[in-house]
Amino acid sequence: MRRTRLGRWWYKFSRNPLSVVGLVIVAFIVFCAIFAPWVAPYPEHAGPYVNYGEANKPPSLTHPFGTDVFGRDVLSRVFFAFRSSLLMGVVVLAIVVPVGVTLGLLAGYFKESWIDILIMRITDIFLSVPPLILALAITSVLKPNLTNAMIAVSVMWWPWYTRLVYGMATSLRNEYFVQSAELIGASKFHILFREILPNCVSTILTKMTLDMGWVILIGAALSFVGLGEQPPKPALGTMVADGAKYLPEYWWISVFPGLAIMLIVLGFNLLGDGIGDLFSLEEA
Amino acid sequence: MQDVLLDVQDLVVHFRVYGGYLKVLDGVTLQVRSQERVGLVGETGCGKTTTMKTIMGILPQPPGVIRGGRIFFRGQNVLAMRPQELERLRRSGISMIFQDPTAALNPVFTIGEQLEDAIRYALGRTDHASIRERAIETLRSVALPDPLRILESYPVQLSGGMRQRVCIALALASPKELLIADEPGTSLDVTIQDQILRLIHRLAEDRKMAVILISHSLGVIREWTERVYVMYAGTIVEEAVTQELFAQPLHPYTKALIACVPKLTGEGIAEGIPGRIPDYFEPPSGCRFHPRCPYALDICRKEKPKLFAVCENHRVACFLFGEENR
Amino acid sequence: MKELLMVENLQKFFTTSRGVVKAVHRVSFAIYPGETFGLVGESGSGKSTVAYMVMGMYRPTAGRILFKGQDITMPHTRRPLALKKDLQIVFQDPGSSLNPRRSIGEILELPLRVHRLVDTRRIRERIEELLSIVELPPEYAEKYPRALGGGEKQMVAIARALSTEPSLLVLDEPTSALDVSIQAKIISTLVRIQRERNLGYLFITHDLSLMRNIAHRVAIMYLGRIMELASARVFFEKPLHPYTKMLLSSIPVVSEEEEKLKPARVFSTGEIPSPIDLPPGCVFHPRCPEVREVCREREPEMVEVEPGHLVRCHAVSSGS
Repeated sequence: MRRTRLGRWWYKFSRNPLSVVGLVIVAFIVFCAIFAPWVAPYPEHAGPYVNYGEANKPPSLTHPFGTDVFGRDVLSRVFFAFRSSLLMGVVVLAIVVPVGVTLGLLAGYFKESWIDILIMRITDIFLSVPPLILALAITSVLKPNLTNAMIAVSVMWWPWYTRLVYGMATSLRNEYFVQSAELIGASKFHILFREILPNCVSTILTKMTLDMGWVILIGAALSFVGLGEQPPKPALGTMVADGAKYLPEYWWISVFPGLAIMLIVLGFNLLGDGIGDLFSLEEA
Repeated sequence: MQDVLLDVQDLVVHFRVYGGYLKVLDGVTLQVRSQERVGLVGETGCGKTTTMKTIMGILPQPPGVIRGGRIFFRGQNVLAMRPQELERLRRSGISMIFQDPTAALNPVFTIGEQLEDAIRYALGRTDHASIRERAIETLRSVALPDPLRILESYPVQLSGGMRQRVCIALALASPKELLIADEPGTSLDVTIQDQILRLIHRLAEDRKMAVILISHSLGVIREWTERVYVMYAGTIVEEAVTQELFAQPLHPYTKALIACVPKLTGEGIAEGIPGRIPDYFEPPSGCRFHPRCPYALDICRKEKPKLFAVCENHRVACFLFGEENR
Repeated sequence: MKELLMVENLQKFFTTSRGVVKAVHRVSFAIYPGETFGLVGESGSGKSTVAYMVMGMYRPTAGRILFKGQDITMPHTRRPLALKKDLQIVFQDPGSSLNPRRSIGEILELPLRVHRLVDTRRIRERIEELLSIVELPPEYAEKYPRALGGGEKQMVAIARALSTEPSLLVLDEPTSALDVSIQAKIISTLVRIQRERNLGYLFITHDLSLMRNIAHRVAIMYLGRIMELASARVFFEKPLHPYTKMLLSSIPVVSEEEEKLKPARVFSTGEIPSPIDLPPGCVFHPRCPEVREVCREREPEMVEVEPGHLVRCHAVSSGS
């Protein structure tokens, strides 16, 4: 058997079958989100579509997840809701990670200097406020829409990356390879981003994968209370909230979007564990 | 051989990895007679610790796979033992101490709690006062001063040398017939290492125990063992009475290794052994040392040499010696 | 000959929660160009602390460090780039001294770029040249540290230290984590490089047998103090300090000839005391087989018994 780099990665990743399950789930969700207009049986149901004749139909072959109070196909709306959910996760992480990581690197490397004290005290203040409350406060001040929900989640999320990287940077700066770069006379920029950061990447990526699930969950919570994507655009949280009024008779309206949220969080969590295994330096 | 305590025959152990197996042990054969002090010397990654873990029945499987060979302790087949029997073996037969005494002790329990647990487990006694007494006695036997204070201490409060003594005390909480010492004191200073080795020597004599001393240090082996096995890349390449081995090493690897040790005579430093320890994924054919051996013959590439008795006290696995090996 | 490095009355105290650790106490020595100076001691003797102060990684509590006559007692962050180029270190643990996420080529490229040592187009060439100095093939530039054995990693660390062409190399136990066959290879490479470039080595180690073979002069440290300092030949043939004798007599050796060179067996007893709570008088007295009354009361001064042979011991100074 030939031993290729790709094969070695797959071997490490797939040693835990649950990671593969996670990868399949995430791939499926991403696929459905991207190709929603083609995958969804009734793409027009994603918008302001009304057909009271078909309203509140239980799951059947024509509507596997049933229909909602306006007669829209729940399955199609779930597929389209994946789009705003994933967008939320990607945008939030794209804002949060560079900011949080840079601050963590600076504070960790300059430990016990004023930079460390300033950054970490601010971080502590943000971490001490319950995250959902903070997000609720921000979105209720701003106009409720997806963009503002993303801003709100970003504001409460960066300190976690600062904490994570801070811990790693404080121990990495004592490694001989960092000391060696210092004694050679390398610049601070080089030491922070070329010596320390590459050794944090695997942990950051693992956390990012896990966080995709959590950010989406928070996003769903915000839309559940009406502070996210606004109707008629589909959002998983809004769908759960709307359907909740008709429980338990028309259970499918809220249960299937709820299960979709669960699937997303589960998928990213399983995948995150696999990514952690993949980046471990241990030889396979 | 009479009075053989431990008999390992042709032990083959592999490790499962991506795309195949690491063929680590390739037919390890060794014997220990009762009350004998045997040395096992070899460099990092030669399979010393894997051999001992297999003997103790603590080889993690998977990834480890025992592909062949037999291990007999007091005539009983260790590889066929059920978990309870293995436990009995470790309780009253063989004990092992490791290089790193810090990792072997639990940092959140006092020495007393750990030692008393070990004694309770080993002797099956429950009477608190007698266990305590026994613990104090055990600490005295490893020459730890002020045992009462040590019983109350946590591992971090002790020095490296004291921790290693505690590990020895734990290993010998009940009488044993064989003590496997895996690089004891290697992480400690020379003077402290010397004390630890002296202690092991004295305990072995007092308790009529056999000892397998594993070390990468030829000096330690020479000073503290009676008979020695030299291991290279998962095979035993030479076996001899210790004095004989150092006076007249035969295997090219043994010779090269001894030449590499810096001498107090100050004759300068050897150039080292060319090449590196083989890749266990695709180990060399024939004799595993042949790619690094300056005397390699054609046959060395094709066939694996068997241990050949040059004289009563000296066996070597090399085609340069012995007619039937050619 | 002009000194390359002079260390004068160097002291280092660390304040910890459990008290003040007196890691280094009034250490003085000099290193000449082309010389290997062996600084030997057990753990806690302060030998690495001395090395780190020379490198500017710790700021001395008192004392001076002169390099080529220039005062370099300041921390490395305030040292000029030219000084960093001239003074390099190889650390003990080859595993942690190379960044696992950077290739060998990238690791060797850093000093070349920082000090603008070669033209950008010639960097590749120079990396291969550096690898060849430590007898590694040029393909190694593409590899990552985890694909290398411990000895090969240390060779890369040596190549990195040599890349700036320093005149003094601090070697902090460069082979103590490695097997003897690999140690032999590294040491013979270091000896060859020293001969070719007239490099000074400050060699920190606990291995006296190794020092017998490569050091020109040896100093032995115990609890932050230098106890004995002499040329290698005198040090091993006529050791005077009881601690030196104890160490020499407990070295495990591999031949009868060596056994004859060891001093009469002095069984080591006791543990090394904590550097927070130092014994009064001579710090070695609780373990010393030749202890006298005065040793418990007064700390002995360093005495030069013959030119170049210094000993800190009451028994020796009062005897002579």
